[in-house]
Amino acid sequence: MAGGIWVLVAHEDGAVRRLTYELLGKARELAGQGRVTAVLVGGEVGVDAEGLGAYGADEVLVLSAPALAAYTAEAYTAALLPLLAQERPEVLLIGSTAQGRDLAPRLAVRAGAAIVTDCQTLAREDGALVATRPMYTRKAIGTVRLLPGRLHIAVVLPAVFPVPPRQERRAEVRRVPVPPEAGSRARVREVRALERETVPLTEADIIVSGGRGLRGPEHFALLEELARALGGAVGSSRPPVDSGWVPHDYEIGQTGKTVAPQVYLAVGISGAPQHLAGMSGSKHIIAINKDPQAPIFQVADLGVVGDLFEIVPRLTAAVRRRKQAGP
Amino acid sequence: MEIVVCIKQVPDTEAPIRIRPDGSGIDETGVNLVMNYYDEHATEAALQLRERFGGTVTLVSVGPERAREALRQGLAMGADEAVLVSDPRLSAADHLQVARVLAAVIAPRRPDLVICGKLSTDDNAAIVGPALAALLDLPQATAVSRLEVAEDATHALVHRELEGAVEVLELPLPALLTVERNLNEPRYPSLPGIMKAKRKEIPVLTLEAAGVDPETLGAPGAVLERLAPPPARPPGQRVDGQDPDAAVEAIVRYLAETAKVL
Repeated sequence: MAGGIWVLVAHEDGAVRRLTYELLGKARELAGQGRVTAVLVGGEVGVDAEGLGAYGADEVLVLSAPALAAYTAEAYTAALLPLLAQERPEVLLIGSTAQGRDLAPRLAVRAGAAIVTDCQTLAREDGALVATRPMYTRKAIGTVRLLPGRLHIAVVLPAVFPVPPRQERRAEVRRVPVPPEAGSRARVREVRALERETVPLTEADIIVSGGRGLRGPEHFALLEELARALGGAVGSSRPPVDSGWVPHDYEIGQTGKTVAPQVYLAVGISGAPQHLAGMSGSKHIIAINKDPQAPIFQVADLGVVGDLFEIVPRLTAAVRRRKQAGP
Repeated sequence: MEIVVCIKQVPDTEAPIRIRPDGSGIDETGVNLVMNYYDEHATEAALQLRERFGGTVTLVSVGPERAREALRQGLAMGADEAVLVSDPRLSAADHLQVARVLAAVIAPRRPDLVICGKLSTDDNAAIVGPALAALLDLPQATAVSRLEVAEDATHALVHRELEGAVEVLELPLPALLTVERNLNEPRYPSLPGIMKAKRKEIPVLTLEAAGVDPETLGAPGAVLERLAPPPARPPGQRVDGQDPDAAVEAIVRYLAETAKVL
């Protein structure tokens, strides 16, 4: 069956990333009456493949082999190439994760595809794929058109498309042979989980983020407590990372992660353009800063001019009280 | 060790961006153009390896003639030579075409390592690095935050930051890396370095001189149609936090009633 919209499933330890559901929802919309295919690549994949039907997949292609147990760009590319050549999808959506960004350009070259990354909207027009994406530190939004006549690969930002409502529907599952040459010169020696994170920053619904105003590493504990009370994750702007208060994977901004949570609580963050680049796509922005001139207030939906050391502990207590009392 | 570093010239990220009225691009008048920030880290990584293993560091860029200045910045840091491919036929090239041009220049040099920035801060695409790895048929590691090259220079051990995890990857050389900003601290060009860089020739190559057949380069598959300013956020509500309890109440109300997360 040729054509259709494909989604590469992002999964980890048998759990499907939410981003995959967001992409399936978008794929369903782009496909119209056409077919949506999810592609599941891995070792002995413990994912409930049929269950992807609930989010819009008609069919799930499973590429499973020991050589694919740990992600590598080379092995994944080699595994996907014959399948793409044979089934000729029109569009392949890949989530913007560390692996997705690593894979997509390599795959695009080998598959003769056109590629666009960091997509925040997607539409099809007469065989073209039209995407918008933030550029120039989010100071501009670019419209990119992938021209008809070749496979279109779109790497899509997390949390820009909604998770579609679950339907009572199972997908057909088809196991696809993995070509024997699917190997990799690069070898994954180890994947070390960072214990800190309960939810990856890029998938968190609520992010509490700290800046220079925290004054020292010890005060990030205030944010950890607030984040725990809210069920969110902790991030930071660049100065705390540069000062060594928190590791680099906390960083949100041009030189860190791009996030778009439901709620972004910026605490003691002035709001340099490089930080705004990573978070101004958030749905609701709340800022606490003692400087009324801080640029973060330009993007804040709720701006509190005050002392974070006075406000944050009280806020944590108030959130806990409210959660205990129930809705 | 032969190392090639890919360089792009971009507007300073601190610079205000003015979009041309017709949306065809940005107005570069008065905008400070610099070496892409991540490329400084790539150059630094290459220089450190040269200090350890000897060899040469070659900078390669594709862009307008003015991109020579970004290359000169890398030469001033200590790179040995620099090459620029500049051709009007590339003005609408997409990222994969740029990667093809870079591959044509780099392949004959048979480098042990090709190092790129993780992305360039103008278009944020992060496409050229891994695409170039595919074109040169090299193993790749993107967003490298730590790099150790074995004593015999046959392989490298790198760290990559994933979501909530760090991946440790072993690559045989030759290989291509794209680098994160926490890999190293780029050096400032020294005064003698700057003087030396000023005297260095930076050859500017046309497509043909770069070894690219314009026919096989084909047409771009991706076209940047227009740029627009980001949608303005409606002005927010301001709360005076002199009274912290009142401020907390306002935040809780916002979280519960507007954001509906409480």
